[in-house]
Amino acid sequence: MKKLLCSMIAIALTAAGLVGCGSSGSNSATSSVYKIGASGPLTGGAAIYGNAAKNGATIAVEEINALGGIQFDLRYEDDEHDPEKAVNAYNTLKDWGMQLSLATVTSTPGAAVATKYFEDRIFAITPSASSVAVVEGNDNVFQMCFSDPSQGTASAQYISENSLGTKIAVIYKNDDVYSSGIFETFMSEAAARGMDIVSTTTFTEDSQNDFSVQLTEAKNQGADLVFLPMYYTPASLIFQQARSMDFAPKYFGVDGMDGILTLEGFDTSLAEGVMLLTPFNADAADERTKNFVSKYQEAYGEIPNQFAAGGYDCIYAIYEAIQQDSSITPGMSAEETCEKLIAKFTSFSFDGVTGENTTWSAQGLVSKGPKGMVIRNGAYVGM
Amino acid sequence: MVYGIAKMLNFAHGDVIMIGAYVCFFSLLHWNIPTVFAIILAMIICTALGVLIERLAYKPLRAAPSLAVLITAIGVSYFLQNAAQLLWTSSPKVFPSVLGDTSLRLFGGQLSVSMISVVTVAACIVIMLGLTWFTGKTKTGKAMRACSEDKGAAQLMGINVNLTISVTFAIGAALAAVAGVLLCSAYPMLMPTTGAMPGIKAFTAAVFGGIGSIPGAMLGGILLGLIEIFGKAYISTQLSDAIVFAVLIIVLLVKPAGLLGKQVREKV
Amino acid sequence: MSKTILKSPMRKNISIYALVIIGYIVMQCMIQTGNITSVLHGQLVPICAYIVMAISLNLTVGILGELSLGHAGFMSIGAFSGVVAATSLESIIPFAPLRLAVSMAIAAAFAGAAGFLIGIPVLRLMGDYLAIVTLAFGEIIKHLINCLYIGIDSGGLSFGFLGTASDLNLKDDGAVIVNGPMGIAGINRISNFTAGFILVMVTLFIVLNLINSRAGRAIMALRDNRIAAESVGIPVTKYKLMAFVTSAAIAGSAGALFAMNYSTVVATKFDFGTSILVLVFVVLGGLGNMMGSIIAATVLTILPEMLREIEQYRMLVYAVILILVMIARNNASFMAYLDNLKNRIVNAAKKTRKGGASVG
Repeated sequence: MKKLLCSMIAIALTAAGLVGCGSSGSNSATSSVYKIGASGPLTGGAAIYGNAAKNGATIAVEEINALGGIQFDLRYEDDEHDPEKAVNAYNTLKDWGMQLSLATVTSTPGAAVATKYFEDRIFAITPSASSVAVVEGNDNVFQMCFSDPSQGTASAQYISENSLGTKIAVIYKNDDVYSSGIFETFMSEAAARGMDIVSTTTFTEDSQNDFSVQLTEAKNQGADLVFLPMYYTPASLIFQQARSMDFAPKYFGVDGMDGILTLEGFDTSLAEGVMLLTPFNADAADERTKNFVSKYQEAYGEIPNQFAAGGYDCIYAIYEAIQQDSSITPGMSAEETCEKLIAKFTSFSFDGVTGENTTWSAQGLVSKGPKGMVIRNGAYVGM
Repeated sequence: MVYGIAKMLNFAHGDVIMIGAYVCFFSLLHWNIPTVFAIILAMIICTALGVLIERLAYKPLRAAPSLAVLITAIGVSYFLQNAAQLLWTSSPKVFPSVLGDTSLRLFGGQLSVSMISVVTVAACIVIMLGLTWFTGKTKTGKAMRACSEDKGAAQLMGINVNLTISVTFAIGAALAAVAGVLLCSAYPMLMPTTGAMPGIKAFTAAVFGGIGSIPGAMLGGILLGLIEIFGKAYISTQLSDAIVFAVLIIVLLVKPAGLLGKQVREKV
Repeated sequence: MSKTILKSPMRKNISIYALVIIGYIVMQCMIQTGNITSVLHGQLVPICAYIVMAISLNLTVGILGELSLGHAGFMSIGAFSGVVAATSLESIIPFAPLRLAVSMAIAAAFAGAAGFLIGIPVLRLMGDYLAIVTLAFGEIIKHLINCLYIGIDSGGLSFGFLGTASDLNLKDDGAVIVNGPMGIAGINRISNFTAGFILVMVTLFIVLNLINSRAGRAIMALRDNRIAAESVGIPVTKYKLMAFVTSAAIAGSAGALFAMNYSTVVATKFDFGTSILVLVFVVLGGLGNMMGSIIAATVLTILPEMLREIEQYRMLVYAVILILVMIARNNASFMAYLDNLKNRIVNAAKKTRKGGASVG
């Protein structure tokens, strides 16, 4: 049956390819269109991440298509941050004839579809699904973002090497894969380095409004640094509530903290002095970032966050890989493209808005230097 | 309150709260309307919305089983959430502080209570007293209680049941707007899904205190909040929600009609 | 006279079985001939799981008459115990379908036991209070599983609660199965459409037989008038529990089927929203109407996928359709019109058949 299925897919793909050729037969240039599929939460509670990644990727596709040459056709489907819906979205994309993919935006659905990509041999690179479960055992699934464990380890290293704090409190979201993934490796690295963790408290999706208890605990334990492995939305509340109870420790965040300065209505003085490890900095002065940020602002009226930057970089990484390997053509089967791209990705280095000299291990994990940033006067400054 | 009188679970209530908060947010930040007028505007819009929802979605189902209405309410809730996302995008907004950051210091700085908490509690007490007076003393209020006890009999006594229920919805929606502003002042994060959890918690509080009892709803709300905070502080932050629900179950087992609910004797 | 009374539920039941079997055969044909889209193909197992969930909730809400808002909790227990069982039995039972069946049975047993424990206190309550307590239990189950860690090594299964996965102290050959909030990743996907179909048939068999048995009539008597039923000597607690536990156990096996169709499962998937979703299937399909549940579960699972074309307006349209269908269903004149239409079609069919027979 499986064989039948495979041949079925092959037929469907060829058919889709034929239809694609047929419809654009008059123009030879557009026959070289790569179909890139992707899914992310475009509605629901996590919609902000999905929409950001989609917007970032869309800008990259528009830029590349405007250059002529290699043409991309990007299609984003909604997965509502749910594994079940993500598999449905994946199948929709497969029916559409996807050749390349940006996988998913979030981790839990990412783990569910990663095995599908592996089985069907479609190349995928995710902008932001950072859990190890996404790439583990799947040689054709790559990450543009740091994996959660590496962020936890890097944060602990950074704090201890620069002796940023002596008594450390950690607040994390225990029903979230991203947050608890970073937390676990942070704790084991901290233990190995003999760091003094005085308080660890948690919150959940249903209780991410009120942090008074967690902050009181940290305050009573005399913490001078609070590590916040979480996204910026709950973090902004933490800053505000800490101020109203006269608790002013140093804060250390991870890449999810990026975006806090762009929050509409947020009092940026609350985030003064917050340190974070992030690969992307919307205020960076280099030409690439400036161009991306201004285009994004023009199109969507917001400053891009790391999800948008990740989506943008994923498209460019695929673009450069295809450009460098001239044997890849749009008419090729997804499987063939996949094998060639795996070879390319594990051997080349990529410069994007989320880091330079980015390379990938055979496992699909990314390697690039995280930038230590600190917020001064409402802007990032390198540490 | 709506729940007690119309005898239905209004799952969309939390989303009306969310809409109220958004209206207030935009009138404050983008149109620069003074705070008081912004709140009034939010109340007017929510009232209109409440009546509209009632007319379009619930009224045709007046005679239908309560479960059908429940599902419709869920449909309305989906609708409001997605409409809000289309209108205002999914990115969260930080609600501006309506009252400023001031906090009251008692006992020479020993105990600091934020202004927002004071206003919230005061507003709750005013609303509670007002509602108790309204349902107890005015004609419309009495009509509401009559509808709640026995719709058929109320109709026979010449009460316009449809109108009464519509009025109930209007008041409930207006109060939801106030709740939205208060909620977002205390926890200034506004997203299309903001309303979902308070909606369920409000319903839980109402059942906890005894359905149809206004002081009960308030007591239930306060107790649930306290249990959650003490559970977090003294037992485990990971299990605080589980503890809240466990206490709820135990209380309902001991007092099956809620804390202040009337025990209705069954007649054979 | 008695014959006709007995005959009508029988005929109805047969038509339900027939519907499911025809559905299965049509789908299988489409798969074999390659006429199926990947979307639909990928949705077959979840549809089966949702059908089973809807039938099992219909037993509680439609037949027993108690509103349950925490049904996803049982699905969750089933999903997690089922996957843990399947993973631990991997070396003992190499034959996948058998392993699936065994783990589904284990899942059903766990969920049933949970249903029993929860049912004893809950079923003492009534109406909305019962609903809120089931909601509370659903949430508690979600939070507890979120703090649960299970690992396996050569020494067998080890369990941990709170803390982290490293507290399990697994041996070197060990692996973490349930990793707290990260749930289970890397599940061996052994569920398939045929297994789903068999589960639907078994569920139908159990539930329909229960309804038409002595116990089922007692349960429905409780629903219609508890006091009257009690006065003629029907033991209330026993029958209520019977229905509730059966329903929980079935939900558990649906959970196992569902979980093993994906490579990952997390506790937050089975939240209040999922309970409500299943409740929507049941109410839309009609209380106590198993055929309705099956159709509603199928249509409402496929509908959001069909609506992908309209992109961001998708869920908006879904909500509107939901409201409209609810209003239409409860509108007397509309239903009368439908009935009228149905009768006319049936009559026309009869006429042609008669005509055909006389010609033949």
